[in-house]
Amino acid sequence: MSSVLRILLRRLGISVIVLIGVSMLIFAIARIIPGDPARIALGPNATAEQVVMIRTEMHLDEPIVAQYGHFVADVLRGDLGTSLYTNRPVTTDIAEFLPATLELVIFAGILMVGFGLPLGILAARHRGRWPDHVVRVLTLLTVSAPSFVWAVILMLLFAFYLPLFPVAGRLDSAYDITRVTGFLTVDTLIAGNFGAFLDALHHLVLPAVALALSGIGQAARLTRANMVETYDKPYIEMAEAYGFFPSRIARRYAFKPSLIPSLTIIGLDFAAMLGNAFLVEAVFAWPGLSRYGVAVILRKDLNAIMGTVLIIALTFLVVNIIVDLLIAFLNTRIRHSTRGAT
Amino acid sequence: MTRALRIIASNPMSLAGLLLVLLIVAAAIFAPWVAPFPTHNTAVIDFAYANQGPSARNWMGTDLVGRDIFSRILYAYRISLGLGIVVLIIAAPVGTVVGLLAGYLGGWTESVLMRLVDVFLSIPPLVLAIAVLGVLEPTLTNAMIAVTVMWWPWYARLVYSIARSEREEGYVLAAEVIGAPTAHIAFREVLPNCLPAIITKMTLDMGFVIIIASSLSFLGLGVQPPTPDLGSMVAEGARYLPDSWWMTVFPGLAILLAVFGFNLLGDGLREVLGVDE
Repeated sequence: MSSVLRILLRRLGISVIVLIGVSMLIFAIARIIPGDPARIALGPNATAEQVVMIRTEMHLDEPIVAQYGHFVADVLRGDLGTSLYTNRPVTTDIAEFLPATLELVIFAGILMVGFGLPLGILAARHRGRWPDHVVRVLTLLTVSAPSFVWAVILMLLFAFYLPLFPVAGRLDSAYDITRVTGFLTVDTLIAGNFGAFLDALHHLVLPAVALALSGIGQAARLTRANMVETYDKPYIEMAEAYGFFPSRIARRYAFKPSLIPSLTIIGLDFAAMLGNAFLVEAVFAWPGLSRYGVAVILRKDLNAIMGTVLIIALTFLVVNIIVDLLIAFLNTRIRHSTRGAT
Repeated sequence: MTRALRIIASNPMSLAGLLLVLLIVAAAIFAPWVAPFPTHNTAVIDFAYANQGPSARNWMGTDLVGRDIFSRILYAYRISLGLGIVVLIIAAPVGTVVGLLAGYLGGWTESVLMRLVDVFLSIPPLVLAIAVLGVLEPTLTNAMIAVTVMWWPWYARLVYSIARSEREEGYVLAAEVIGAPTAHIAFREVLPNCLPAIITKMTLDMGFVIIIASSLSFLGLGVQPPTPDLGSMVAEGARYLPDSWWMTVFPGLAILLAVFGFNLLGDGLREVLGVDE
């Protein structure tokens, strides 16, 4: 069995255990709620009979272990219950709002890698000199403010003072795009409407940058730290002695070993962005999971809260498995370890 | 201690961090005495000066009911720093003990504890805090609980990775050979070697707790009005952009300044204590 496959299986095994734990954690959080869930579900004007009925329906009269069993069984059937806020199945709500959030987070992720790694490489190549210091101060600044502060500042500068980008929303209302995937950048292309595609991208820029800024800082700092360590290795000195160009040394010998630890952190940062998307969406009126999440939290809509957290945890697990596989694939020591491995 | 101070002071960036942190801590402690309008941390109304831009009277302008933004920021620092200290004082020891036991004992303890840590780490931090606050009432105490719940696993993971490698060191073996009790080895031999990393992380985390706490109150899930909080001040002002920009920009910059200070200081400490990133 190839070792990449073995890592995949091991990783999936751990993920199942973690998912069981997450389901317990979410269930526990839902049960520490003060007050009777049946009363909350029915509102203040319910009769005693209605309360008894809904208690049976929600299995609230059964022992806590049985309640957890029902919860897991429902989740496995893809049934996350009905939202009290929208009166629709939670899965329908999430399917509607999740793509907008994912689109934002994925674009922010691309920005994070696209700017974070090159900045880190730049700083490491010029370590101890002015480009290094500039990058260090800049990256420290970007990680020093929550994404909603960056969102507000970017909005003020580049949507109000310099009206380069739209203030809010995902797409100009003049465009009417049939929903296929929920990702507007994909749906507009499916519709063959290139103008709408550009407009969707245009709307994405500011929120994605606001969301990505601290991730860019983290990625750059980490890449720099790892590369500086690698630069002390004898093989770099050897390459220098051979007279290789500094750019080639940076790319081929110093950057590659630093990529792996950086990827791990990028996976974690992606998770943080799923949370921070809540903040950025609030500023830019982005119709994603955030508005729904905050609305259901303020209404103590248990099914919707549990469903939202579960879906986000699941997304995060999937991303981390992908990152782990990527690392396994990039790490030649793991990839080639089949030979002679037990 | 004096040596550490001297090293921090020798680097301009960490010195700047130390000064910033001292300034902000002083601002928080002495807010009632240095704030130009010491009563503006409550539901005071002064419509004569409502919604005014920065001026000699109100350096950072006033909010919709005429309260001085600068005074409110000073008071908000008390909430942010207080919350950060409480969270870290609980989260760091809890995580440290879990990580130490998992890392040093190994075996079943390690599997069970670290899977538990994995569970907490597999929900994005902010989302976990939002979920906890979602079912509790949004108050300052509950915000502290929510942030603590999401924070301890990071210490567990940090200490775990150090303790695991220390387990194989000669001094631990020596202690085991002479029959030292497990608790003694874990807490008196291994723990001191984790302290530099823990202290550095706590300094950096003061900044990150401020970020998370202000994020929660930005969403309306933290400190409730009229108590001033940096996050809710930004949220409130964001509705009046771009005209009343001072209502959002100054509280936002106040967050940036405080967190930047702790980050600079933490970076300096990392160098002084020789901790890897």
